[in-house]
Amino acid sequence: MQEINHTGSRTTRLLGAAVIVGLVALVLLGWFVAPEDDDQQDAVRMIFVHVPSAIWTYIAFVTTAIGSVMWLVRRSVWWDTVAAAAAEIGVLFCGLTLFTGSVWGRPTWNTYWDWGDVRLVTTLILFLMMIGYLSVRSLGGPESATATRAAIVGVMAAAILPIVNRSVEWWENNTLHQKSSLTDGNLEDMTLFTLVVGLIVWGLFFWWAILHRFRIAWLEREIRSSDLDRALVERRAEGEPGASPLEERV
Amino acid sequence: MTHVGYLLVGWGTTFAVGLVYTATLLRRGRRLTARVPADRRRWMTAEDT
Repeated sequence: MQEINHTGSRTTRLLGAAVIVGLVALVLLGWFVAPEDDDQQDAVRMIFVHVPSAIWTYIAFVTTAIGSVMWLVRRSVWWDTVAAAAAEIGVLFCGLTLFTGSVWGRPTWNTYWDWGDVRLVTTLILFLMMIGYLSVRSLGGPESATATRAAIVGVMAAAILPIVNRSVEWWENNTLHQKSSLTDGNLEDMTLFTLVVGLIVWGLFFWWAILHRFRIAWLEREIRSSDLDRALVERRAEGEPGASPLEERV
Repeated sequence: MTHVGYLLVGWGTTFAVGLVYTATLLRRGRRLTARVPADRRRWMTAEDT
């Protein structure tokens, strides 16, 4: 068998190539083809990176929640690994959502951040909860206990997803944030098309990243398992007659 | 074009973070793969290279 020293595969290479092509198309469409907005002028072009990051944040954290439930109910290691992989990518996307939203807010709302804005604050809480999820996973200890603790945090974080998503409707007087760009029907055709391209590109990247991250997590599990096997063999060897200095003296 | 500075910061940071994360994933994958015997890398076969 040919020696392989990477976590890539034919699927990830195809996805990676599609992401590169898609990003080039997105830059061309987003910067040079999509029209400026009557109110926001060219600041509206931030929508093409902000909204895909936000929507794939939701998808990543829902994936984490599903994986967490599957761990809690069925003790599925495969699902637990999927949950962890999706959480890391979700935190990346959520951080980008907060950052690009903040940068977009300055020219449109005249502020980078507003602590009274429900959408902003709930998104920040979600971000911090998922950082907590990753922290719990990195604490160490028995794998089963770590997975269970992380799964509980993952499910709790998912429980506030509807609040984050619906906050602009439920507290419309307490937010600077506009309602859903995709569903309000106010986007120009080319703006909407470019936004859909952005969503597809982010989706392709999400699948590329989750495949690699899953494989990395699986390899880490294998290494921990090998280390444990080796430690057990060494321990047994120490217990055999003649192996221990104490027994030699006896 | 208006607000170019904001757009460059937003888009540039997004692409830079994505690039760094991509490089990190690939590097971690290479380092860990070298430590695991081929028969325990369940998804990797010669046909899928």
